[in-house]
Amino acid sequence: MKWPYKDLIGIQGMDAGEIETILEMTTSFKEISKRDIKKVPVLRGKTVVLLFYEPSTRTRLSFELAAKRLSADTVALGASGSSFEKGETIMDAIDNVMAMNPDCIVIRYPYAGIPEKVSRTVPCSVINAGDGYHEHPTQALLDMYSIKERFGYIQGLNVAIVGDIVHSRVARSNVYGLKKMGAKVTLVAPGTLLPYGVQGWGVRVSHELDPVIPQMDVVMMLRVQKERILGPFLSTDREYAQFYGLTKKRVGMMGPGAVIMHPGPMNRGVEIVHEGADFSRSIILDQVENGLAVRMALLYLSLGGETDVD
Amino acid sequence: MWIKGADILDPAVKKRFIGDIHVVQDRIKGVYPLGDHSRDEKAWAEKVPGEEVIDAQGLLAMPGMIDMHVHFREPGFEYKEDILSGSMAAVAGGITAVACMANTSPVNDDPAITRFILDKADQAGLIRVFPVGAVTKGLEGKDLAEMGRMRQAGIVAVSDDGMPVQDAVMLRRALEYASTFGLMLISHAQDMGLSGKGVMNEGALSAALGLEGIPWAAEDVMVARDIMVAEYTGLSIHITHLSTRGSIELVRQAKARGVKVTCDVTPHHLLLTEAMVKGYNTNAKMYPPLRREDDRLALIEGFRQGIIDCIVTDHAPHSYDEKALDFDLAPFGVIGLQTLLPALIRLHLDHGIDLMRLVDSVSVTPAGILGIEGGSLCPGARADITLVDTKDKWVLKPENIRSKAHNSAFLNQTMTGSALYTIVAGQVVYKNEN
Repeated sequence: MKWPYKDLIGIQGMDAGEIETILEMTTSFKEISKRDIKKVPVLRGKTVVLLFYEPSTRTRLSFELAAKRLSADTVALGASGSSFEKGETIMDAIDNVMAMNPDCIVIRYPYAGIPEKVSRTVPCSVINAGDGYHEHPTQALLDMYSIKERFGYIQGLNVAIVGDIVHSRVARSNVYGLKKMGAKVTLVAPGTLLPYGVQGWGVRVSHELDPVIPQMDVVMMLRVQKERILGPFLSTDREYAQFYGLTKKRVGMMGPGAVIMHPGPMNRGVEIVHEGADFSRSIILDQVENGLAVRMALLYLSLGGETDVD
Repeated sequence: MWIKGADILDPAVKKRFIGDIHVVQDRIKGVYPLGDHSRDEKAWAEKVPGEEVIDAQGLLAMPGMIDMHVHFREPGFEYKEDILSGSMAAVAGGITAVACMANTSPVNDDPAITRFILDKADQAGLIRVFPVGAVTKGLEGKDLAEMGRMRQAGIVAVSDDGMPVQDAVMLRRALEYASTFGLMLISHAQDMGLSGKGVMNEGALSAALGLEGIPWAAEDVMVARDIMVAEYTGLSIHITHLSTRGSIELVRQAKARGVKVTCDVTPHHLLLTEAMVKGYNTNAKMYPPLRREDDRLALIEGFRQGIIDCIVTDHAPHSYDEKALDFDLAPFGVIGLQTLLPALIRLHLDHGIDLMRLVDSVSVTPAGILGIEGGSLCPGARADITLVDTKDKWVLKPENIRSKAHNSAFLNQTMTGSALYTIVAGQVVYKNEN
């Protein structure tokens, strides 16, 4: 069956069955990166444009490698080095990119809403690689894949998302996705870092990490997004680390089999203290590996792939 | 210890009766109304030889008073007051617990300062001292203080008292951050722009005296802001030392629509007016300033109706030399620990306010707002008890003030009511020998 969507804007618009399909497809693509010759010809002749208007290491590398391993031609453009620096608006830039007939545009943008707006105006595929603090759907998909890979299922798992929820697109996409997949989500943050009206999100909310940690199967630490924190949200790094950081002591409080996740990049000494991230419970590098496979699956599906290929 | 035949007033259960209180170690073991012979006599029969007995006939027994707003000036301004001298003044006034504000030097914005204050209070060994942490680092209004770490060190609330937070978003974040750690925020509502260089209430009198005025609007706009930010976030706020008719009306409306706002008022704002300033009396200079008679009557009415929750002293000692300066230059603030009890009696006698309501406002209600134990005389409660002669008349003179500072607005006035015994954790820490 053909995948019916050309775009991926957010997890909010997906249903559990669609998420499940992408996760299943991911498994078939993961194997390709383990081969000696890491390339299949499924997107030969296709062009994928990567527009990254915000700094990125993992997501950008991952999308570019994913496209290349599927034999697509890629070109990547950042805010610096592009005409964005000369004041060209994103929508003008998109018009110019479209004149070169790409098959897919992957966008990361510092403000919310642009991927959706672009997707409504262009005929090619648009994949959101993170917009402001709206959504980061491929991150949530790779997170759910990594959880499922470790536990075999997502339904009924206890997942804590800890830290800067209010400024996090990762938290939003994961809350939407994990809830649809039947996980029980707990958000842990000081009052200043919780979105207004979070009570209506259908998740548990706690200001305290210590009582939450032992009950969790997954502890997902978020980066304190200092570049987005404008104003008095927190006191000091040491107080944050003391109340919300993943310390060795807190790792020791985790249940047997529980895992640590982080979307990266980490602020060491803030949300991840000392060896917390390097512990055997961390699946942070699995997240990165799986990110590549998830993006291969998505590029393949969005560019007209079949959902039942193997 | 036995307290025999006292007029027991317990605001925690809203009861008043004649009876005996039996204290064992630091707790109240039993309370026996007169006539409840079976229980009383059985307990009395088990009296340990040598156990202290206080004949309290004719005395009012009430919970030790809790004053949730004092300045003990230590560290930094020990020439004005220190934790020991402040504690001595407190027990002489029948006060057994205080919350001390953060505007010391250094400011109490760090757990090390919090622990220092608690250590000093332990050494003084008279009353319970609950430190209040700063809302922002250095009370500068820029960066949030380490409320979580201070909470672990022992603060019970945070406040911007003395250096009010002007930026509304800072207040919002401070409320959100304080609530994270279960801390109440005590707001000093003052618009620094409107209050400007004012030194007394603005009006005909300030104009006649040639003194810069502080308009009621300087308070009301900030009370309105505090209420709206608390309402918007759904969080609690406590607004301290209200002084204007308008503030009371704002709080009344807010409470009626369910905003989690509480507030307090000082004895001097309840009993005195701006007329005290005449003669350039620097002991009538404080922030907020003494207002007009209609404001004062509105405060009394607001208190009577329960719109105002607590009475606090805002005990603010300053040295003789400082208060001897020109009215414009003298610092704001008056002491109040030893005049709180007479003020309650005066409000009862002159304004007919129920004694239960008055005692409640200096015991069980502030304890509830701060989340601390106290304010009850029930069996099992902490034995913090004040025995009061409600009829004793005395004149407030510098020589009977236990504070280092003598800057009282009630100096040379006749007081009615005094603490005869102040008991903290089952120990008599003050006995009035006069």
